[in-house]
Amino acid sequence: MNDVLTVRGLSVTVRDTALVSDVDLTVGAGERVGLIGESGSGKSLTALSILGLLPEDVRAGGSVRLDGVDHELVGADERRMSRVRGRDIAMVFQEPMTALNPTMRIGDQITESMLIHRSRTKAAARTAAADLLELVQLPTGTLRAYPHQLSGGQRQRVVLALALANDPALLICDEPTTALDVTVQALVLDLIVRGVVDRSSALLFITHDLAVVATVCERVLVMYGGRVVEAGPVNEVFTRPRHRYTEGLLAASDLESTSRRLTTIPGNVPPAGRFPSGCVFRTRCAHATALCEETPAWTGSETEGFACHHPAGVADA
Amino acid sequence: MPDIHDPEAPTAIRVVDLVRDYPRPRTSLLQPAPVVRALRGVSLEVKQGERFGIVGESGCGKSTLLRLIAALDRATSGHVIVEDTDITRLPECRLRSLRENLQLVFQDPMSSLDPRMRVRDIIAEPLVVQGHPASGQRVRELLEAVGLSADAGDRYPHQFSGGQRQRISIARALAPRPRILIADEPVSALDVSVRAQVLNLISDLVDELNLTLVFVSHDLSVVKHVCDRVAVMNAGQIVETGYTGDVYAAPQHPYTQRLVSAIPTLQRALSGATTADLLAKGESA
Ligand SMILES: Nc1ncnc2c1ncn2[C@@H]1O[C@H](COP(=O)(O)OP(=O)(O)O)[C@@H](O)[C@H]1O
Ligand SMILES: Nc1ncnc2c1ncn2[C@@H]1O[C@H](COP(=O)(O)OP(=O)(O)O)[C@@H](O)[C@H]1O
Ligand code: SF4
Ligand SMILES: [Mg+2]
Ligand SMILES: [Mg+2]
Repeated sequence: MNDVLTVRGLSVTVRDTALVSDVDLTVGAGERVGLIGESGSGKSLTALSILGLLPEDVRAGGSVRLDGVDHELVGADERRMSRVRGRDIAMVFQEPMTALNPTMRIGDQITESMLIHRSRTKAAARTAAADLLELVQLPTGTLRAYPHQLSGGQRQRVVLALALANDPALLICDEPTTALDVTVQALVLDLIVRGVVDRSSALLFITHDLAVVATVCERVLVMYGGRVVEAGPVNEVFTRPRHRYTEGLLAASDLESTSRRLTTIPGNVPPAGRFPSGCVFRTRCAHATALCEETPAWTGSETEGFACHHPAGVADA
Repeated sequence: MPDIHDPEAPTAIRVVDLVRDYPRPRTSLLQPAPVVRALRGVSLEVKQGERFGIVGESGCGKSTLLRLIAALDRATSGHVIVEDTDITRLPECRLRSLRENLQLVFQDPMSSLDPRMRVRDIIAEPLVVQGHPASGQRVRELLEAVGLSADAGDRYPHQFSGGQRQRISIARALAPRPRILIADEPVSALDVSVRAQVLNLISDLVDELNLTLVFVSHDLSVVKHVCDRVAVMNAGQIVETGYTGDVYAAPQHPYTQRLVSAIPTLQRALSGATTADLLAKGESA
């Protein structure tokens, strides 16, 4: 089967500042892939580039291709992109109200989105809307509700129902549960995973939460400073990290350790445009040498590898 | 392992049957406007030198409880006793020693730090308010204690990152040399690498200065890391209290069981847990 999403050499710039550089990313059919990194790493810009939703002054370069869509998505006009969105790709963002119309009943919003992208009869769309609400475990009465009558978690479930309405080949979720309580998060995560598994949809799941991505995804890409610094199966990357940033991130999140002091990464994520040349992590890396002033090459395959001159997990590292 | 605490140790904070009702804004013309019962009879006891956690989901009453403990709000009924003084109905003029002994740190330092004030004045503010002379020496000491350079004092809050701003608010809280530090979601807005730095800082300061710590979070994993004991809150009530390790490993109350099983952890995920396991009630890692 063909890969659903193929991103090659994606770059995002605003005026003369590079925000995302040279990102390669492939999502296979039905695969669940995570994109992780601290805030300011370029995760959302990567997602918005794929969706053709970058703000006015921000430019994407490189290539984004989607299986079954016969044109390049980078630079495609809004008319073509709006057809792709909602039919081939669907999305769920952190803030559900960005996707909901505050003045429209939930049921009308779901049926409308199904009628725009699919030739269904109105009656069929109505029945399908009720089924979708059932899928996200909301009572049928929700069809008649307005968004403001729902809690944050209920709204996010409506957005998920909308996103799944047209059986997208790819669902992109950007921090979908970050604003939710942990018990609500558990339900929404499970609905997302079951939603994509039942439809054989692929999933690109963006989060800063390592434990969430490990629970949801099979493969993961780690971003820092607008670059993918490491990629691989969740079990590999999280148990035998190679890039020093991945290693540091795992140590800093290890709240299970019995020691009261946590291992930290010194300093902060720099603002855009202030990352060093060469390895973007070298200003915070304990292993940096003069060699790290040169951009480290990618070692490994496209789906599994890292970009580090002095990787972890080598005997004499 | 949590420190085993001496049950004979003096009490720092005692809360007895605390109730706080808020008037609820009317949402319907058909129904009478009832009150929000933010706290429905909360009782707890924190020993001196203890690290006490309060965990629960948003809206369960954590911040309301902290505001009452800090005498920033008035209880509907019940009592708050801090270091042997019942502060529940003290007039503001008699709260001065409480204001020195008990200091707060909040989640969002940007909204609690005055953007027009220089950092040194922000840090010295609690001392000024209490009529102590605020020496430059003390401000430099405090900046150093929280890992900021001395020249940070000349700058304004917006010139700092989120983690650095949280260091500034910790320095300000420590200025009057409090014995009790109360932190309301202090790391919830921070990135993982910075969260680790701030958690270490709080931990070190609590040790060095022999502080009593009350640490509130919606995240039980963080509370478990920081605190000896924890109270689990749900809908304005404490449903379970115990040593954090015990509560995490063997939660007794159904709500705590649901909460613990909903927390994704790397260990569980790497040993095969799926999203369905997050919903499994009464099961823990
Ligand atoms: N429209 C924009 N103009 C300038 N900089 C931007 C813009 N959008 C995002 N950025 C910057 O690009 C970097 C990456 O942003 P983003 O993709 O949102 O990161 P993440 O989602 O990983 O937190 C950040 O430093 C952010 O401030
Ligand atoms: N000043 C207030 N006026 C009215 N209701 C309030 C006020 N403060 C808090 N509440 C309500 O009290 C409940 C508990 O809130 P809070 O203590 O902030 O919870 P938490 O800190 O656990 O998220 C919530 O239902 C909240 O909406
Ligand atoms: S390339 Fe150098 S600076 Fe970058 S992570 Fe590896 S060792 Fe550290
Ligand atoms: Mg983002
Ligand atoms: Mg609160």
